[in-house]
Amino acid sequence: MTFDDFLSAFFSLDILRQAWPILLDGLVQTILLSLLVVPLGLLGGVILAVLSTIHHPLLRWPLMAWVDLFRALPPLVLLVFIYAGLPFAGLEVTAWQAVAIGFFLNTGAYYGEILRAGIESVPRGQMEAARSTGLSRGQAMGFVILPQAVRNVLPDLISNTLEVVKLTSIASVVALPELLFQARQAQSVTYNATPIMAAAVIYFILLWPVVRLLSRLENRQLAGRR
Amino acid sequence: MSNWDRFLDSFFNLKVAAEYLPKIIEGFWLTVLLALCIVVTGLVAGLLLAVLRSFGIRVLNWLIIFAVDLFRALPPLVLITLLFFGLPAAGFSLTGFASTWLALSLVLMAFAEEIFWAGITAVPKGQWEAARSTGLTFLQTLRMVVLPQALRMTIPPLTNRTIAITKGTALASVVAVQEILGAAQAGVSFSFNPTPLTLGALAYLVLFVPVVLLGRWIETRFAWKR
Amino acid sequence: MPEPIIRAQGVHKHFGPLHVLKGVDLEVAERELVFIIGPSGSGKSTLLRCLNRLEEPSSGSIHVDGIDMLDRRTDINKARQRIGMVFQSFNLYPHMTALGNVLLALRKVQKLPREQAERRAWAALQRVHLSDRADHYPGQLSGGQQQRVAIARAIALEPRVMLFDEPTSALDPELVGGVLAVMRELREDGMTMVVVSHEMGFAKAAADRVVFMADGMILEQGPPDAIFGNPQHERTRAFIRQIDRH
Ligand SMILES: Nc1ncnc2c1ncn2[C@@H]1O[C@H](COP(=O)(O)OP(=O)(O)O)[C@@H](O)[C@H]1O
Ligand SMILES: [Mg+2]
Repeated sequence: MTFDDFLSAFFSLDILRQAWPILLDGLVQTILLSLLVVPLGLLGGVILAVLSTIHHPLLRWPLMAWVDLFRALPPLVLLVFIYAGLPFAGLEVTAWQAVAIGFFLNTGAYYGEILRAGIESVPRGQMEAARSTGLSRGQAMGFVILPQAVRNVLPDLISNTLEVVKLTSIASVVALPELLFQARQAQSVTYNATPIMAAAVIYFILLWPVVRLLSRLENRQLAGRR
Repeated sequence: MSNWDRFLDSFFNLKVAAEYLPKIIEGFWLTVLLALCIVVTGLVAGLLLAVLRSFGIRVLNWLIIFAVDLFRALPPLVLITLLFFGLPAAGFSLTGFASTWLALSLVLMAFAEEIFWAGITAVPKGQWEAARSTGLTFLQTLRMVVLPQALRMTIPPLTNRTIAITKGTALASVVAVQEILGAAQAGVSFSFNPTPLTLGALAYLVLFVPVVLLGRWIETRFAWKR
Repeated sequence: MPEPIIRAQGVHKHFGPLHVLKGVDLEVAERELVFIIGPSGSGKSTLLRCLNRLEEPSSGSIHVDGIDMLDRRTDINKARQRIGMVFQSFNLYPHMTALGNVLLALRKVQKLPREQAERRAWAALQRVHLSDRADHYPGQLSGGQQQRVAIARAIALEPRVMLFDEPTSALDPELVGGVLAVMRELREDGMTMVVVSHEMGFAKAAADRVVFMADGMILEQGPPDAIFGNPQHERTRAFIRQIDRH
């Protein structure tokens, strides 16, 4: 195989021109999908984290079991279970709905663990001080504790968000036409790897800045913890 | 038939379960094998890169950083797809197992390098100086003084990352590997009953719940403060 | 006069644009205890670290015990065995016991058989009066004990010269005495020592010579009485007034 063969198999401009419109469609879907599942996961996480501040044994163990259940189950398994399994229970779900439910459960568990650690890192005195000025528990949580908690675990939150955005690619398995799905479609009709390569490049351009930022934040964090 | 009976008949159908259990068990061992392969190659490659990086050869370090960034930014499923569906265009093809192994090893390598490297740089400079002042060589110092301290620091983040990435073995089902999810999906399409999916989910829980609990234990055992 | 055991001539050191050592000449005779004082940032640590080449001098020459330390052909790891170093922050290996800290170089650099290495390590710990702490980890020892283990780690290699970089400045006052006592015993055993420190009492009692450094140069040197009692240089006078007040 010559270098030209290689170029035309992976970096064919012709193919790229043909596939570009549907790749762009896919990119838009990927972005929309991320805008849906990140807030959903965060919502699930906040719920779990706030619940975990109620120190009650009847709540603590089920919560931990819930979180560990969804940390143990691969997200793709969860998604397939929802998408292919629920119809058997008489519940038809669209690909979007399946993805929304699956990410709410899976990513919520991860965000929940991170936020819980963040809340635990805020000194107890903060809650007491806030309550002593007459704020309700919910107000104290929302205005005093959570903002500090988020700041303390910001690198972990960003890192998890990066993982969530990458994870949207599994939606291709349930035929949601996001970037990877479209690339696969284009590849299978053209018998050429350029569309997949292009999708990879798009992901990289999109996410590289986040990776750079994270690597800085994480190094600082590890060094500071000694 | 009541709703409850129908539900049981769909998701916990004993006849279907008995028929497909052997396939799921085969898939279980395939998942274990795949996961072990990924963990070994990914961690070894990551450690190797981190050690190479400590030599401080500038051009080499740029390459290492770029490779790490690349595999942190690309979704694993995109990598698997590229290797499995894309490589044949270049004249050689990998099996689904090999594609997943390679792709997830590269991803784990990237994360592991980052974590190992952060650990190495977090070991105070004085440790290097003390060891070198007694006549230990660079490599002896790295191996006997710096790495033991660095590795200890890296155990909690590394464990969590390793668990998250090995759960990606489920992605292999996309490239026709009959690991747990692949076997379960095949079972569903043959039996037209979702019970194999239930079995599959249970199999993942059997495999990963202990691992997640181990991760929790390690996190407290090797907490940052010493 | 016999050949000095340390001879540094015209040592310069640049850190990028920073000129930290500006032509330092220093000779130390065998069994001599030389004390180096001077304001912070004057290059004292850098000079010590050049002597065992933890820092690469930009120019100049350094000979220790007849070995050309800057010669590319010198086996630097072997040469460093003859030069013990003690750091301000101890730098004990936290994942090894006190004994393990002392043993490491004996086993891995001198390649002594286990028994012989252990005998030497025990003897070194005995000399710093810590043989009863041999199996403690650094985290379980006080600062003063840690610093004495660090001294044991260095003397176990039977160096010809010992370098001390502010060995007591990270210690609580009540722990300083134990470390100085060990250093004094070393001196009585005839060890050649170069000590960067501001422990004036120790300098007056034990030093043969005091060297005053400022701005990367040696401004003056002489017997402790002369330097402390009748400094010639205005900067020396100012510096000594300042530390006397403490
Ligand atoms: N590795 C280094 N890189 C850059 N500058 C350094 C380095 N080490 C020391 N310096 C600088 O060299 C000067 C002398 O430092 P040092 O030898 O530690 O002084 P002293 O020990 O007398 O306080 C200081 O200005 C210090 O900031
Ligand atoms: Mg200093």
